[in-house]
Amino acid sequence: MRAVESLGSGVSTKGMTMAEETVGCGRVTGTVGGDTPAEGQPPETTTSQEVHVGVTVGQQAPDFKAPAYYQGGFTQVSLSDFAGKWVLLCFYPGDFTFV
Amino acid sequence: MSAVADRYADLQELGVEVISVSVDSHFVHKMWNDHELTKMVDGGVPFHMASDQAGNIGRAYGVWDEDQGIELRGRFIIDPDGVIQAMEVLTPPVGRRIDETIRQIQAYQLVRASEGSEATPAGWMPGDVTLKPGPDLVGNVWKVWNPSMEK
Repeated sequence: MRAVESLGSGVSTKGMTMAEETVGCGRVTGTVGGDTPAEGQPPETTTSQEVHVGVTVGQQAPDFKAPAYYQGGFTQVSLSDFAGKWVLLCFYPGDFTFV
Repeated sequence: MSAVADRYADLQELGVEVISVSVDSHFVHKMWNDHELTKMVDGGVPFHMASDQAGNIGRAYGVWDEDQGIELRGRFIIDPDGVIQAMEVLTPPVGRRIDETIRQIQAYQLVRASEGSEATPAGWMPGDVTLKPGPDLVGNVWKVWNPSMEK
């Protein structure tokens, strides 16, 4: 989020021009910080022990960029798109799950 | 996510943007929105539904479940400076309560507006008394607040 403060506050999503994504066949994913997604590569499967990474309250929220469905189209969304605004970030186990 | 979508107008009124994240592709998000969520919420999901198939974002936020390959039900309230003010992580079978999320956002917004001079006691709801931390309040909280005030 630090690097994006130059965007200033009051960044509005209303009327935000949505960059239409080219819909490819590669498996896409979200990336954190400045990582580049491995386009078209299957996600890395690992059998090594999980390294626990995480965040806690009072910390800067890790910025990320991810492909998204938004109002009928496909786009990219970054947390930093909303710099200067309150953001509610919700993870959930999966589409079509019951809760 | 339909519960959050249903309260999106209230969230927008509070100046809050929403991003949802799961390991499903954005194509599946579209199908879920078009075929189910639109039947639960007028107009469907109005916010970005992000796709994190490799779990990179989930790992960064500590909600990645390695065994199931999914993201746990993690909810983060992030302030305008990009600081995480609140987080809640639930295992899959229990859903969140959006009213409580909105209450917490309102409380954090009040604290921020007061530049930290006010704090909200347990059970605080908008309009209720706040606490003004300082030397005079030490040992005297009972004079201004007690648990029976929590509705």
